[in-house]
Amino acid sequence: MLKVLIPGLTIILGGAMPAFAIGWMGSHAMDAIGRNPEAAGKLQTVLILVVAFAEAIAIYSLVIALILKFV
Amino acid sequence: MTAAVHISLAAEPLFHLFGVPVNNSLITAIVGSLVIMTLFIMAAKRVTFNPKSKFANTIETICEMIIDLIEQVIPDREKARRYFPFLMTIFIFIVVNNWLGLLPGVGSITVKTAEGVAPLFRGANADLNTTLALAIISVVMTHIYAARELGVATHLKKYFSSNPIMTFVGLLEIVGEFSKVISFSFRLFGNIFAGEVLLAVIAALMPVLAPLPFFGLELFVGLVQALVFTMLTLVFLAIATSDHSEYNHGEASGTHGHA
Repeated sequence: MLKVLIPGLTIILGGAMPAFAIGWMGSHAMDAIGRNPEAAGKLQTVLILVVAFAEAIAIYSLVIALILKFV
Repeated sequence: MTAAVHISLAAEPLFHLFGVPVNNSLITAIVGSLVIMTLFIMAAKRVTFNPKSKFANTIETICEMIIDLIEQVIPDREKARRYFPFLMTIFIFIVVNNWLGLLPGVGSITVKTAEGVAPLFRGANADLNTTLALAIISVVMTHIYAARELGVATHLKKYFSSNPIMTFVGLLEIVGEFSKVISFSFRLFGNIFAGEVLLAVIAALMPVLAPLPFFGLELFVGLVQALVFTMLTLVFLAIATSDHSEYNHGEASGTHGHA
């Protein structure tokens, strides 16, 4: 049973924090765009960049979970 | 629900050429490269004798979107055009290889190899070798462009200096470069490999209608990951080739002027 539980827990914990971080960043980005719609282009670029960095952490944990399950 | 899904983390070698294993992802990457070369060379030839050709205009639209993206980060038009071929190649290579991994036949047509049965084709970016190679190329080219733009001495001064604090910062930056390589390669590999695993599992569970939205998701993820890789390379390139010493001299003379 532990063999099934550990990969599951890996992706649960490893995906929760990046999801929270991305939601937080998106909310701040929306505040900023609402306050200053002209800078929307620049803000969008920075937002996508930062989301990619945060998402990479979630992907690391997904890769570890896949390795644990299939290798 | 005891469908056995054959998922292998490493790409399977199909045969060995002079001792080097030729993986199935390598074959897919070669096919992808041939597709890209054919498309772009045809578009370039066609635009010279028929400027209104729809096919050439489509390829030109894609190129314009990428150079607009580059100009968002590097406002200088001349500099943007200089880095355009490199970044466009990265983008097109990653996106075409991601989408080729979704075609029917990739992953399902199997051949008999020396070790057993292996798929003939496999998404090129679902192999850590490809993504690691792309990451190393991206980071090394950033340094080469920076050295070419600023001069080798100025570029190396960012990492090695006589000031003890700046030496420590330089050391951290060098470690950061290696972490960039790891991060680039694992981001792309993880996204594409997880997509393949997801599609395989869904197809094993319910092959009739359920895979459709997941194929849509994979199309989107393939495009977004190519865009993210390109944009990150672009941002690191812009940071590396920007000349910080100009800022300091400008600020110093400005404050002296005001005081």
